[in-house]
Amino acid sequence: MRKTPVTPVQVTGTVLTTRRVDAYHALTVVAPGIAERFRPGHFVAVAVGGARTSSLTRRVFFVHDVKPDYGGTVEFVFTVRGPGTEWLAERRARDTLDLVGPLGRPFPLPRDPVGCVLAGGEHGSAALFPLADALQRRGCRVDFVLGAASADRVFGALRARRMGETTTLTTEDGSVGMRGKVTDVLPGVIADVRADAVYACGPMAMLRGVTAVAVEFDIPVQVAVEERMACGIGVCMTCVLPVIGDDGVTRMVRSCVEGPVFRGERVRFDDVGTIPFDALGAPGGGSRHAG
Amino acid sequence: MPVDMRTYLGHVELVNPITTAAGCAASGAELAQFFDLGRIGALTTRSITMAPRAGRPTPRMAETPSGMLNAVGLQGPGVDAFLERELPWLAQRSVRTVVSIGGGTVAEYTALARRLTDAPGVTAVEVNLSCPNIEDRGRVFARDGAASAEVIASVRSVMRYDVPVLAKLSPDVPDIVSVARACVDGGADALSMINNPLGMSIDTETMRPALAAVTGGLSGPAVRPLAVRCVWQVHAALPSVPIIGMGGVLTGRDAFELILAGACVVAVGTALFHDPYACMRILRELEELLAARGFNRLADAVGLAHRPPGASTRHRTDLEESSL
Repeated sequence: MRKTPVTPVQVTGTVLTTRRVDAYHALTVVAPGIAERFRPGHFVAVAVGGARTSSLTRRVFFVHDVKPDYGGTVEFVFTVRGPGTEWLAERRARDTLDLVGPLGRPFPLPRDPVGCVLAGGEHGSAALFPLADALQRRGCRVDFVLGAASADRVFGALRARRMGETTTLTTEDGSVGMRGKVTDVLPGVIADVRADAVYACGPMAMLRGVTAVAVEFDIPVQVAVEERMACGIGVCMTCVLPVIGDDGVTRMVRSCVEGPVFRGERVRFDDVGTIPFDALGAPGGGSRHAG
Repeated sequence: MPVDMRTYLGHVELVNPITTAAGCAASGAELAQFFDLGRIGALTTRSITMAPRAGRPTPRMAETPSGMLNAVGLQGPGVDAFLERELPWLAQRSVRTVVSIGGGTVAEYTALARRLTDAPGVTAVEVNLSCPNIEDRGRVFARDGAASAEVIASVRSVMRYDVPVLAKLSPDVPDIVSVARACVDGGADALSMINNPLGMSIDTETMRPALAAVTGGLSGPAVRPLAVRCVWQVHAALPSVPIIGMGGVLTGRDAFELILAGACVVAVGTALFHDPYACMRILRELEELLAARGFNRLADAVGLAHRPPGASTRHRTDLEESSL
């Protein structure tokens, strides 16, 4: 049983600011207990719909930024996908939000000052900025590769340009940066900057591609997955994906507790959404019973 | 004066009536980050199976109005890992633990019970009867009184005499009272209800079922009226059998509703996904509610809604024949 390194707390926080960032919304919430425990890669689980809500599952978002203002604030970035996020987008300053966090295992940081490429897809980039901060404080070189379908969906290009030694942008429609996907330019960036490690956050297909590139270069890759969750705290068992353990055995692990950050080569991306036949406890593996 | 919240599962005393519902507290350690598990009446484990189980493919969850569908498929570590790691962890912390068990055959349930019988820290065993019976073309045990009774009788016969055996009933049956009666006749010391009724949701964007498993268990406040009805009917028919009521309990008021219907223990499930502190909050709210209604003991409220219209709240007809 793995101990979660940080104890999460539930906070009823006041919304400090709301802003639109291109296609996305960003909310800053006063949540001292979460801000002080935060490490890059952590996420928060947000209750939506107010006190008498009929939406019982929490929405989970990577923390984009923490600041010491008002005892500690956290900012997260999201896109409107359904009634829950629509409600969140309607929040205004001084409204209150119920957050649980910080949750998940954060990004492991290298001991030595090495060169890191940070690859972000869509608003998954949000999780990379606190990471870049932490890496730079350790003397690491940081280069960004950010991509999305179109220019308004590339999150954090300005901040990346300010922070990174280099920043490469890609869009599928060519509206900004290179036309194509993050994985099209990533090999070139890794080779140019002689990167020692890759960190990535974004859609599953992108993480799969980024991992393949890193494996090709034989450098470590850490990916933060954005699986759908109901609770974020490890009890609902709905956010599982097949991951190979230290013992070589594939298990269906929870991305909220065992993740969301995994070593890329350990995630069986091809089998996400299935139970691989050789996973521990897979049907037919000697346990053809119960429902 | 504080309300006496003690309650009994068979002869086992619980300090209060709030427990977690099976499958909603993972191994226990996850919730222990938020509150002291020793402060709730009991913790119910996920359904333990003989072998490790990987469960169902994702997506396993779909949110529905005032509830959610889940098709987790009893993912769990198997009984060996459970006895080696999870149960000792709970026992060390003196958490009263109701162990839920799931199997595909009567023999498998029995084998699980045999493994648990000598394990320290088992407060009670809850038999999850909503598992497909391999020997009966995958028909769920809980749908058939005779099959349920066979499982219960077999588990009861191997379980230590001082560990109560609970039968977890499904609402997806034409007559829950007959299944309940069959389980009690088979030796069940108490009854848990309700398990998730089956539901389904279709994603209108992809025009495909929202869950990989197509159908899933519906939980949350959406099923609470169904739970109240089942508890009411079973308590009316079998007033002396302790009932663990569950189904969409979000607040102390909801717990009180199930208690009035006849439950002496109330399990909290889906609410834990929304609020990790739900158990403690519901317990506090329930205690305040009982105090506000003038109750000195929780036990006085159990099944109180069954009294005839106009009868005083202190008078219960079903107690007339008891030694009290």
